[in-house]
Amino acid sequence: MKTEVSERPDQTETMGHPAWVRVCHWLVALSFLALTFSGYVILMCHPRLYWGEVGNELTPALLELPISETHQHGEWGPRTPFTEDPAGPVSAVRNAVTFNENSWARSLHFLAAWFLVVGGSVYLLAAFLTGHFRNLWPSAGELSLGQFWREVIDHLRLRIRPATGGPQYGLLQKCAYCVVVFVAMPLIVLTGLAMSPTITAAIPMLGSLFGGFQSARTIHFFAAVALVLFLLVHVVMVVKSGFKCQMRAMTLWRKP
Amino acid sequence: MKNGRLFTRRNLLLAGAAAAGGLLWGRWSNTNVELPPTYGHILRMGDNLTYAAHRLLLPGQSMVREYRRCDISSFPVIFLDDRFLKPDHPMNNNQFRAWQANGFADWPGLRVEGLVARPRTYSLAELKRFRSRTQITRHTCEEGWSAIGEWTGVPLWRVLEEDVGLLPEARYVTFYCTDDYDDSIDMLDALHPQTLLAYGMNGRDLSVPHGAPVRLRVETQMGYKSMKYVDRIEVTSELDDGGENGNIQNGWSWYAGI
Repeated sequence: MKTEVSERPDQTETMGHPAWVRVCHWLVALSFLALTFSGYVILMCHPRLYWGEVGNELTPALLELPISETHQHGEWGPRTPFTEDPAGPVSAVRNAVTFNENSWARSLHFLAAWFLVVGGSVYLLAAFLTGHFRNLWPSAGELSLGQFWREVIDHLRLRIRPATGGPQYGLLQKCAYCVVVFVAMPLIVLTGLAMSPTITAAIPMLGSLFGGFQSARTIHFFAAVALVLFLLVHVVMVVKSGFKCQMRAMTLWRKP
Repeated sequence: MKNGRLFTRRNLLLAGAAAAGGLLWGRWSNTNVELPPTYGHILRMGDNLTYAAHRLLLPGQSMVREYRRCDISSFPVIFLDDRFLKPDHPMNNNQFRAWQANGFADWPGLRVEGLVARPRTYSLAELKRFRSRTQITRHTCEEGWSAIGEWTGVPLWRVLEEDVGLLPEARYVTFYCTDDYDDSIDMLDALHPQTLLAYGMNGRDLSVPHGAPVRLRVETQMGYKSMKYVDRIEVTSELDDGGENGNIQNGWSWYAGI
């Protein structure tokens, strides 16, 4: 059966992505995998999310994730109020040994974050200097609700345009890349930095920008969830549009 | 120059990178920072990269945010392992209980020694005679939780610079604790205006679960650097990573400013 796909102005095959795009792509991709893995292990140590500056096992959580045995363990000593007010802040002793692999997980997370930030910065700088963003930014003519909707339907029916090995990109594809490059990635880096006591001391605005340490941690988590969802869809699209062509375009394909 | 122009984009980028590198190298030579040992471990190299970047790129001793009294929150106490529950542990033995019962008046005191001009031992009363500082700050645990508390104590710089006197070679401060924990910080954090030897919490005497009689507050780093039950402080010129008992050889980052 012949599948219908929206026409594209330029159907000539490109020779793959520029070398700097390939290097940055894989640098960011590998560090993202390491960050997701170590981030999950870090979250397992305290799988509770909060809003504001403060959040701990003696305060209410916004969201509690059932992802480790430390989730809702009950081995706490009696609650001792700090003040005369019995409804005021309390102290209590945790008497249980909980899951904590943060020694290596935190260090792996920060090491991988260095690679992500370096790869991402080189990408942004090179993309800015070479005008590469023209490939990602939807042009005024193509940005219409009708076209957007048509592409959503096409994607949901898995009617994916065959790969050309690089730009031109479809409208939905451009929007997804722009959200990743200009929203999700900057957000996840900034919320990550906003959790550092030394960095927020030096840049106080970063500490308050997201509403506090725990808010930054919660936003960091949801940005990571969004990026993982992007990754899954991205991989499906690569496979459906022509895995071999797409992989060659992002790895060793040379001009004949 | 392929196209015969001096100010090509590539040349400008290279010149910019070289200038930034030169500036950073100059600053690095002035910071007097020495990197902790990595034992060939790639994760410790990453920790050192973060430490170097913080010391290189951030202004020296920025103040952490201080909160209002109404921001004070509930505050958990984490006992890291069951050795604290054993009856012969220093925190549970009769000697410590006797000191505690007496408000730590008979406590042997906090010894400050090493590369200082006048090493001495402070009783709790003597520490309280220093001009104190009270600050409401956020404790950030590596586990992922946070809590806000009010701390009262003597700024460490007051003890080190005004009383015992630092010798010129002094670069690191190591803290030895009654519960056998020990760890160190560099001089930038040790002399930070908010780094305290705290003996009060939330307007009361510090309680034993929170580190009585004296605990450290290093507000610019993660909670595990704010050691409880400090009984000896040693000033050194070389970093003492605590060997097999120290953080580095146990897989943790020595620097915890992130």
